[in-house]
Amino acid sequence: MAAKKLDKNSLEHSLKRLEEIVESLEHGDVPLDDAVNFYEEGIRISKECAEKLKSTELKIKKLSKGIEGQFTLNESDEE
Amino acid sequence: MSTEKNVVSITELTRQIKQSLETSFPRMWVEGEISNFKQHTSGHLYFTLKDEGAQLSAVMWRNRVASLTFPPEDGMKVIARGSITVYPPRGSYQIDVEQIQPVGIGELQLAFDRLKQKLAAEGLFDPAHKKPIPEFPERIGIITSETGAALQDIRSVLTRRHPSVEVILASVRVQGAGAAEEIAEAIGQMNRYGGIDVLIVGRGGGSLEDLWAFNEERVARAIYASKIPVVSAVGHEIDFSIADFVADLRAPTPSAASELVVRDRTELLEDIGNLCYTMRGAIDTQMSSFRERMASLLTSYWFNRPRDLVREFSQRVDEIDRSLGVSFYHIARTAHQRYDSLRHQLQALNPQGVLKRGYSIVRKEGRIVSSARLLHRGDEAEIQFHDGTIGVQVEKGK
Repeated sequence: MAAKKLDKNSLEHSLKRLEEIVESLEHGDVPLDDAVNFYEEGIRISKECAEKLKSTELKIKKLSKGIEGQFTLNESDEE
Repeated sequence: MSTEKNVVSITELTRQIKQSLETSFPRMWVEGEISNFKQHTSGHLYFTLKDEGAQLSAVMWRNRVASLTFPPEDGMKVIARGSITVYPPRGSYQIDVEQIQPVGIGELQLAFDRLKQKLAAEGLFDPAHKKPIPEFPERIGIITSETGAALQDIRSVLTRRHPSVEVILASVRVQGAGAAEEIAEAIGQMNRYGGIDVLIVGRGGGSLEDLWAFNEERVARAIYASKIPVVSAVGHEIDFSIADFVADLRAPTPSAASELVVRDRTELLEDIGNLCYTMRGAIDTQMSSFRERMASLLTSYWFNRPRDLVREFSQRVDEIDRSLGVSFYHIARTAHQRYDSLRHQLQALNPQGVLKRGYSIVRKEGRIVSSARLLHRGDEAEIQFHDGTIGVQVEKGK
């Protein structure tokens, strides 16, 4: 049973952080050293996001209920 | 006795009647009231359709019963679609029913309105209860028929827009008896399975009867109870279902649901690219303002012309040196003059000079004798002249 992904790794969280970084850099009130660190973090996050979005094949799994109420996932064979 | 009579067997006659009837009355709609309704243990339905003037036997085979959207009962006015068939063992004709609808869509509409009113009164459509649809779902649950057009539409939209999402499908019947139960059960299962960000529940277009499962109370209640946000996607643009009212978001079609649920990946990547670009711009601005400050320091007069600086310094040193030289000459001359005058004064005071002028110094026992009273007869003394000293003895004295 898959648990809910850690919020920290979610695309939503990453993109929010990226927006925060851009905003604080745009304000220009960040000291240069911090700004460079922010910039590096931003680049790293954007790469992670792009990586997450890279997959080109849609995966469909079929949920079925097995005995004793357990769930199983099967690759959908219907194409 | 042989009379020329044309004799046909019952079987042959019935065969001819069957052929004649079945070809002259192809599939049609008939309207009547249900009576003598019976469901056989085999699952087939047997009943009579009648109006004021006549009656017609009817049969509905088990495999078609599943498509019924309501339980038929005696006294119900319906329209039925089917074809006339002859049943030779009884010598009877009957209608082989494929589909039944309550007379006038009015009745379904009435049921729809009644349920809608009831659920609205209970607050199931309350906007306050609606959950926000996550902006970037990574795992999408889909409840529809595995073989339906809706899944194909959803699949193609997701493949085009955002294939990196994970899709969990719960395949259910989406029409006919039992469909509502399966849909409601699947919503519960998706919730218990967990980890799903958003649910799309729906099916492709069809008649009001085809879509009926999505107007059933149990589906509405399952959607309301779902902890996962539900997007309803039932039929076409114009079809509104009870499910649409309860759902957190209504999509006009399954394709539209997919578009509402996922952001286009290309757009998203563009957005990320833009964010990077903005970030790059911001840091460049900051860096270049830093560089400007540096540059303005570096191009400042002193920083940029060290030679000038050195020259200017040496010139200043020379100037100082020169003025120092001038001052020093004056100071030295003055000092020299003072020295000369002091030397003359000093020379004037030198006892030697006095002695030269004819004075002399008398000493007794090394001490200067400054009074005549200090010398007595017989005392020995010394007299110092400018050019020497002589010893003397006092002959006269007190």
